[in-house]
Amino acid sequence: MLMLMMSRTPLHSANFDKQHLLHRLYALQHQNCHISTESVAQVAGEFNLPVSQVAAVVDFYSFFYREPVGRYHMLLSNCTSCGYRAGGIDVLEKLCQNLNVIPGITRADGQVSISETSCIGMCDHGASMLINGMPLVGLDEKKVTQIARLVSEQTPLSKWPRDWFRIGCPIQKRGLLLRDNSRSGDSLIKALTAGPQHTLEQIVHSGLRGRGGAGFSTGRKWQFCREAAGDAHYVVCNADEGEPGTFKDRVLLQCYADALFEGMAICAFVVGAKRGFLYLRGEYRYLLNHLQETLERGYKKNLLGRSILGHDGFDFDIEIVVGAGAYICGEESALIESLEGKPGIPRIRPPFPVTHGYLGQPTAANNVETFIAAAYIANDGSERFSAVGTERSTGSKILSISGDCRLPGVYEYPFGVSIQQVLDDCGGDNVQAVQIGGPAGALLARRDFHRQISFEDVSTGGSFLVFGEKHDLLSVNQNFAHFFAHESCGFCTPCRVGTQLLEGSLKKIVDGRAVAADIDEIEQLSKLVMRYSHCGLGHTAANHILDSLKHFPELFGKRTVQQAFSPQVDLEAALETARQITHRDDADAHLE
Amino acid sequence: MAREATKATEPNNLTIDGQTVPFKAGQTIMDAALAARIYIPHLCHYPGLKPAGNCRLCVVEANGKSVAACITPAQPGQQVCSDTSELNAARLAITQMLFVEGNHICPSCEKSGNCRLQAMGYYLGMLEEHFHQFNPRREIDASHPTVLLDRDRCILCDLCVRASRDVDKKNVFAIAGRGIHARLIVNTASGKLGDSNIEADDLAANICPVGAILIRERSFDSPIGERIYDRLSISDTAMTEHVPDKGKDHD
Repeated sequence: MLMLMMSRTPLHSANFDKQHLLHRLYALQHQNCHISTESVAQVAGEFNLPVSQVAAVVDFYSFFYREPVGRYHMLLSNCTSCGYRAGGIDVLEKLCQNLNVIPGITRADGQVSISETSCIGMCDHGASMLINGMPLVGLDEKKVTQIARLVSEQTPLSKWPRDWFRIGCPIQKRGLLLRDNSRSGDSLIKALTAGPQHTLEQIVHSGLRGRGGAGFSTGRKWQFCREAAGDAHYVVCNADEGEPGTFKDRVLLQCYADALFEGMAICAFVVGAKRGFLYLRGEYRYLLNHLQETLERGYKKNLLGRSILGHDGFDFDIEIVVGAGAYICGEESALIESLEGKPGIPRIRPPFPVTHGYLGQPTAANNVETFIAAAYIANDGSERFSAVGTERSTGSKILSISGDCRLPGVYEYPFGVSIQQVLDDCGGDNVQAVQIGGPAGALLARRDFHRQISFEDVSTGGSFLVFGEKHDLLSVNQNFAHFFAHESCGFCTPCRVGTQLLEGSLKKIVDGRAVAADIDEIEQLSKLVMRYSHCGLGHTAANHILDSLKHFPELFGKRTVQQAFSPQVDLEAALETARQITHRDDADAHLE
Repeated sequence: MAREATKATEPNNLTIDGQTVPFKAGQTIMDAALAARIYIPHLCHYPGLKPAGNCRLCVVEANGKSVAACITPAQPGQQVCSDTSELNAARLAITQMLFVEGNHICPSCEKSGNCRLQAMGYYLGMLEEHFHQFNPRREIDASHPTVLLDRDRCILCDLCVRASRDVDKKNVFAIAGRGIHARLIVNTASGKLGDSNIEADDLAANICPVGAILIRERSFDSPIGERIYDRLSISDTAMTEHVPDKGKDHD
């Protein structure tokens, strides 16, 4: 009997399928610094997939490359909080100078490559980068010099100062969920005792709404999934926290993974799932070992696996799938596509994942924080949960606060807290604006700081970016526009082309080349992208521009030139290539 | 049982621009519109192929919500607005976007006059491209003896992908890359069309709305001036389009 149980205890590999397409490609990328055309064909053969599908996957995700990157491959975040300009100096430029690298081009000796990437979720740690996939935080001029030396000396990463890679858990304010961990297993025991129907009723009764940002009723989602017919039901945890300025899931995964897996098991119990996935964003790969160990512990305690806690017929396994750099995979149907080993292109909805999700089967997909809240409700009851917050936004919200404030970090508030309160707590003085919900969310000016964080007022998936008086807000808009243009999946015309056009138009404005008509034009274009795109990315991609136009119109006015027309192309800049080719920089090589 | 079957086929009604239009269960707004000979502009839709919803020209207002007609199920009592100045202005802008993101060379393009993107421009009264040209660098694939792939003119409508996969059963094409780097690729180890089993008579080789997939030596079979959209509007030709029946038995 003991032998039988031992043999049933899953090994490490059960939690992480090395043969998942994304993991196989990651291994190749890691080993060869790129994925060659031959490798694509080889993997297609191994997986019995069309070559085109493997090629499409390689080309879709940012962390796969067709051409070799350096043995030291640095991806500097370009987020407004953890980006390479966050510390006041441009550390990307400094690194490139010190290492004699052109951004985006691998140095001729193959040693080093430096590029930028979207927010890596280290916003509470200052300017940060991923080096060979590992987050290295707190970049400053001194560290840049040291990094350049270590790279030149070809010191292996394992011998670099350990504290550069130490990621803290800066929890500044605790509420319902961030209190000390209750004994792991308690929630699940209660749920098993109460039974699936009663547990579901508790979740419904608690008023819990999805914490990813959309705010759909979690209880209703689970109910639809439970009622949906299918060969199998699945539970998916969306840990693809990609909205710039969000890092609360990173902290939750680091410090509350037990509760998360328990929440997933409770969901599985309710919807009747035997298999679950944690989709971890590629930027958080460094958490993989920790999460696998947490899962192992769960299996050992029989909180996962077969006949969970002696409950005959309740079997549930969790597998971790690691993404490879694509913001769009935070959209649940794109995430499911990615789980299935495809490019993360949002599906046509309806049907919704709750009835036709992973492999076309009923799938309950929720955010990390939502599952942890569900575990809380199962243990402490719906009344205690709904006693906190507002009528339509029950419970608490965990915020990731960063930017121009003294105490960045993770804060848990009851829903309904005012923005001003949050700013007071995080040491945000002389703040001119806050961006709530990330680039896809809302930009609010000082006169709106009395407003509340809640689904009925200002909603957020967790990102709370603070911009002080001296911050150039138009450059923030430009940063966000670049983000959406880079992250658009390319499926539909308005988003694929429109986000590029918006980025170009903002550059024209920031460069001081725009005329009044360009401002009208960017407003029209913003509305068009938002109204005609296929998915939530496009629908929200220009929020920040419309908000800026509404709250800070003078910023745009100040930068425009008083003439009827100016060309979109910067003619002077367009000559730069010609100047480089001809090695000229004399007066005649410039426009007047 | 019999009653239920009748119920499923019993026509429901919706309205499009005030006109009552019947539909059958399972039909989209686009299906219902085409059946009633109402034209909703579209480029990535082709009756008989599974809809994709990527070009977004067919976005209509259904009960006040902006949705793509080709992928949105028809609902009883649904009020659809399509032929409005606002929607047509957006369609024009989207068409202009498709023009500037690629390299479209209408005056010297073999497809000129037979091109649905160009015809859409005519239909929407497009007089200029409005947005600045992206001038992308895209690869031409001339490796196949009878079929030419010129990605410069590709609008990523995905019609060839679906036609090849679902009708020809050859799965020759796919779209790869993200955002503005999205591009049509060929499902061979070399990525070359010459190594695929596509043939000039395949639906995938003929369904391209633009001049991205061309059949060699046939481009000037009909002279300029006597081509499809020299005579007809895209709103007329859309009423007669359907994939050949040979695809049907695979459904």
